[in-house]
Amino acid sequence: MSDFKSFMTDWVYTDTVKDHFINPRNIWRKEDEFEPDGFGEVGSLACGDQMRVGIKVADGKISDIRWLTYGCASAIASTSMMSEMVKGMTLAEAYAITPAMITNKLGGLPEHKFHCSVLGDKALRAAIDDYLESTGQENPFKGHVAKIVCECKGVNDQQIEELVKTDKVANLQQLMELTGLGTGCGKCKAEAERLIAEFRHLYGK
Amino acid sequence: MKSDTVYMDNNATTCMAPEVIDGMHEAEKIYGNASSMHQRGREAAALVGLSRESVARLLGCDADEVIFNSGATESNNAVFNIARHLIALKGGKIVTTTIEHPAIIETVKYLRTEGVRVDLAEVDPEGIVKIDQLEKLVDDDTVLVSVMMGNNESGAIQNVMEACRIAHSHGALFHTDATQAIGKMNIDFNKSAFDYMSLSAHKFYGPKGVGCLIVKKGAPLFPLMHGGHQENGIRPGTYNTQAIYGMGIAADLAARNLDDEIQRLWEMREALRKGIEERIEDVVINGSQEHCLPGTLNVSFPRAEGESILLMLDLKGVEVSTGSACATGSLEPSYVLMATGMDVELAHGSIRFSLGRYNTMEDVQYVLDVLPPIIRNLREMSTR
Repeated sequence: MSDFKSFMTDWVYTDTVKDHFINPRNIWRKEDEFEPDGFGEVGSLACGDQMRVGIKVADGKISDIRWLTYGCASAIASTSMMSEMVKGMTLAEAYAITPAMITNKLGGLPEHKFHCSVLGDKALRAAIDDYLESTGQENPFKGHVAKIVCECKGVNDQQIEELVKTDKVANLQQLMELTGLGTGCGKCKAEAERLIAEFRHLYGK
Repeated sequence: MKSDTVYMDNNATTCMAPEVIDGMHEAEKIYGNASSMHQRGREAAALVGLSRESVARLLGCDADEVIFNSGATESNNAVFNIARHLIALKGGKIVTTTIEHPAIIETVKYLRTEGVRVDLAEVDPEGIVKIDQLEKLVDDDTVLVSVMMGNNESGAIQNVMEACRIAHSHGALFHTDATQAIGKMNIDFNKSAFDYMSLSAHKFYGPKGVGCLIVKKGAPLFPLMHGGHQENGIRPGTYNTQAIYGMGIAADLAARNLDDEIQRLWEMREALRKGIEERIEDVVINGSQEHCLPGTLNVSFPRAEGESILLMLDLKGVEVSTGSACATGSLEPSYVLMATGMDVELAHGSIRFSLGRYNTMEDVQYVLDVLPPIIRNLREMSTR
């Protein structure tokens, strides 16, 4: 038999997740009196998490960020990591952050926890949208960024478009087999089916 | 492998009592097949027989009403399989409840795909099965009524005596899953007139992978598996002598000072409840307080999420469980809590403390020291 210790993990998540969970960065504390330039809130309580993000913008870059969450360890750690990553980024760079980028920085999350990590970047994009709108600027990002369709497996609409366009996917079944979409909570299946039909029409399939 | 923690997850499983471990070490040398006629076989058979008597003594049944198997999941499956056979022979339906263990809930889902009719009685906000609804569902067509004795999550103790009476008044058989009640309630199988009862040894300081189904003499029986004469052909397979013997010792220990132990568990549970209510604002105690398993305390902490609380407690060496979806991977919070009509946020923020024989008031005090800052900390970073 193998050594016991090789099978016993120190913790259910990676050390990086643990660190960000115990010592989350950039928490939006009341006493901070943080006045955001942009504000975003997303989440579904049905999934057990909710996220609020506030950003400061200077010279087209994110100069500071604060956040709050009602969420599990994965949600807390992901948002904490995201808040560290985006500081100093241009709005375009920050808008392009994906859950996969955050998850990689964390050293990975268990598959079924992936959906817990998608709220931070969603709330961030909402905050950038809010900043641009409230300052009367044009929003060059909205609609041009991949939208997550399956939160559990992290599949976005651009991936689906590409798969339909290149004849790799013609129906929901094939998409599920290829990407794992819809094999978690399954809530996205109707939306995915609609998108497949739309892209098939678009590309004359 | 030894861990030094405050273990308050005794409804998930218990440690083995030192007496059980010692006894099983003695039994490990008795390797004979309990079905063999020679001396080694008779030694093993004696251990199985001793254990059968101990279990019967604890539960108030006769020794020959005990069928040893792998535990309550198998027992529950076996009973619903018996009902399925009876329904195939003469028609009819099953009535059970929305808060049963998955070994029943999932079996019901499967049986329904086979065309078996199963009706589910719901629970009130305290997690107690609505007995008037159960009474309406049970009719002369009903073959089996199954209601658990005490719920694993909320701790709610069910009115199984009344449920049994209702079943019998319509000529139906009655089964109770008593897994969580053993060593925490006084049980008298024969006096209660139940037909079937399920239990697992690992919930009362015995080994894992062993348990039994108690069957009243004359109640219908069909084997779930085939292949041997053991347990009168109802449960084939070479006896796991050592585990069965361990279960017998655990039964003896559970029978000893049962009333005192119930009292002690309840006092610790109440000290924990009162301490939490005093030291943490805005908490909700879940489930019936009047009819509750003595060691179980289920609490919701609004604005703090359950998996985060569980993991923070784990880092402080306190082991509990939660009804939050985040801890299960199912994305759905506990169906037992949701069945009470509970608000989804409360279910996500629920923590179950289940105290056991080896917990002390010092453990309770330790939890009361470490828990308030954890809740405060999580609430400070909460959007709620």
